[in-house]
Amino acid sequence: MNDTAQIFEQGEYNFAYLDEQTKRMIRRAILKGIAIPGYQVPFASREMPMPYGWGTGGVQVTAAILGKDDCLKMIDQGSDDTTNAVSLRGFFEKTAGVRTTFETSEASVIQTRHRIPEKTLREDQIIVFQVPIPEPLRFLEPRETETRKMHALEDYGLMHVKLYEDIAKNGHIATTYAYPVKVNDRYVMDPSPTPKFDNPKIDQMAALQLYGAGREKRIYAIPPYTKVKSLDFEDYPFEVQKFDKPCGLCGAENVYLDEVILDDKGGRMFVCSDSDYCEERRADGHLGPMAADPAAHQFGATQAEETAR
Amino acid sequence: MNAFPTTDPLLQVHNVTRYYGDRIGCADVSFDLWPGEVLAIVGESGSGKTTLLNCLSTRLAPTAGAIEYRMRDGTMRNLYQLTEAERRLLMRTDWGFVHQNAAEGLRMNVSAGANVGERLMAVGERHYGNIRSTADDWMGRVEIDSDRIDDDPRSFSGGMRQRLQIARNLVTRPRLVFMDEPTGGLDVSVQARLLDLLRRLVADLGLSVVIVTHDLAVARLLSHRIMVMRHGNVIESGLTDQVLDDPREPYTQLLVSSILQV
Ligand SMILES: Nc1ncnc2c1ncn2[C@@H]1O[C@H](COP(=O)(O)OP(=O)(O)OP(=O)(O)O)[C@@H](O)[C@H]1O
Ligand SMILES: [Mg+2]
Ligand SMILES: [Zn+2]
Repeated sequence: MNDTAQIFEQGEYNFAYLDEQTKRMIRRAILKGIAIPGYQVPFASREMPMPYGWGTGGVQVTAAILGKDDCLKMIDQGSDDTTNAVSLRGFFEKTAGVRTTFETSEASVIQTRHRIPEKTLREDQIIVFQVPIPEPLRFLEPRETETRKMHALEDYGLMHVKLYEDIAKNGHIATTYAYPVKVNDRYVMDPSPTPKFDNPKIDQMAALQLYGAGREKRIYAIPPYTKVKSLDFEDYPFEVQKFDKPCGLCGAENVYLDEVILDDKGGRMFVCSDSDYCEERRADGHLGPMAADPAAHQFGATQAEETAR
Repeated sequence: MNAFPTTDPLLQVHNVTRYYGDRIGCADVSFDLWPGEVLAIVGESGSGKTTLLNCLSTRLAPTAGAIEYRMRDGTMRNLYQLTEAERRLLMRTDWGFVHQNAAEGLRMNVSAGANVGERLMAVGERHYGNIRSTADDWMGRVEIDSDRIDDDPRSFSGGMRQRLQIARNLVTRPRLVFMDEPTGGLDVSVQARLLDLLRRLVADLGLSVVIVTHDLAVARLLSHRIMVMRHGNVIESGLTDQVLDDPREPYTQLLVSSILQV
């Protein structure tokens, strides 16, 4: 448990920290966001007992939608046990007393930074994204008045200027994170900061997607089963990252892999970024090419141990 | 008096007036602009040239008066009654605007190719190869080497930046281009080359141009017709050669004689 969570041991707090009026205000913003898929709804973002970089936007959205019976999963970089995930989970355990889980299929609400679970989400689940910079046009147009007008007029040529630059400088579209999409044939949206590998998952997703940006005071949403298209050129179509090896531990293919350093002699392997997914596969008996390697085995065991805690 | 009497006017300006508070920017300006015509607006500093140009190009709403433009479909539209979407489309397809300071008209942090290609992408071009080859072609037409296509304009000289700005504007084949002192601030030899290029492009493309300049030599070289402004008013106008060779207004005479001494 960290300092943030300890604050809440000292007194009684409203369920999920925020007062009911604030939650209603946030829910109104969420409903508006759902009604206009991909549109950035301004909201009166509150000070939260954590720094902005920690995902205060996502936390406020989660706080506004959480009910007593919900089961919460908290992911950071695909993992449930990084500092950020641990402390945010602790925050909701303290302030809302809800059940929490590492298992994707168990969760009714999943709050994430970076990754979308590999396991297909269902209609009865909601995924909440922590967003640092919600405005996809910011890169080339810093004026807020202008970007707002561009959204209103569906004036999105600039997004392709950015992709053009990418190809001109790199020979291909080198954007790998925060890859811009067009939602429901209307609003261009930044799914930041997820890797573009996850873009296909947000297209026609069964679960409701909510995006919260605390510092920038914006909420946006993608309702279930909405068309989400990644921007591209006819002659440079959108492609996800390809990994030439399967996961070293569980052998999974077509999943997003992270590189892990095993020792100081240059030993490394690629493993599932979604640690819950990886462990479940190993528990089911799937073995990757590195599973027998002692250092790799040790790494996997530590991961499983933390999950079990 | 005009050189293009047989067609319909492209732009009709009726009593355009712009105040800045109590101060007059420009007052009661009326004229017609014909397809393929180059009109120079000249006058001393503060005479209202930029104010008028900005009113014409919908960048600055007039306090009074009306401006009508013949759209590509032939209909005459009041510019200040266009929707914002129509206005934007007009500005990036049928019009161009060349700023004195190229940095205002370019995106300095993206490549030359993207600068030229932006308008194409804005109107829906989605084939990278086509965009790039069109950009390359236009860079050639403004005499910028192909191998600079991926360089930022920051690394360009003043003259190159200005030429790039022109290419960026012309790529959609506009019919009307506004220019505010396009050769201002450049070395004399660079100016000469740019003027030469402008003159050629304007003739090749049959462009209509409204160009603001306080350099009568620029007006002489580029324009068919000239309007002389003073204190916000148009005090004399006519065919460029006539006005410059035989100015009627004492102020114009002064302007012409002072330039001849330079
Ligand atoms: N934004 C403004 N606010 C107040 N007054 C202005 C503004 N812009 C221009 N003016 C005034 O309007 C008058 C015409 O200015 P304008 O910039 O149109 O002249 P100009 O002929 O373009 O001059 P220059 O050759 O120096 O560019 C001047 O008296 C100027 O001081
Ligand atoms: Mg001026
Ligand atoms: Zn795995």
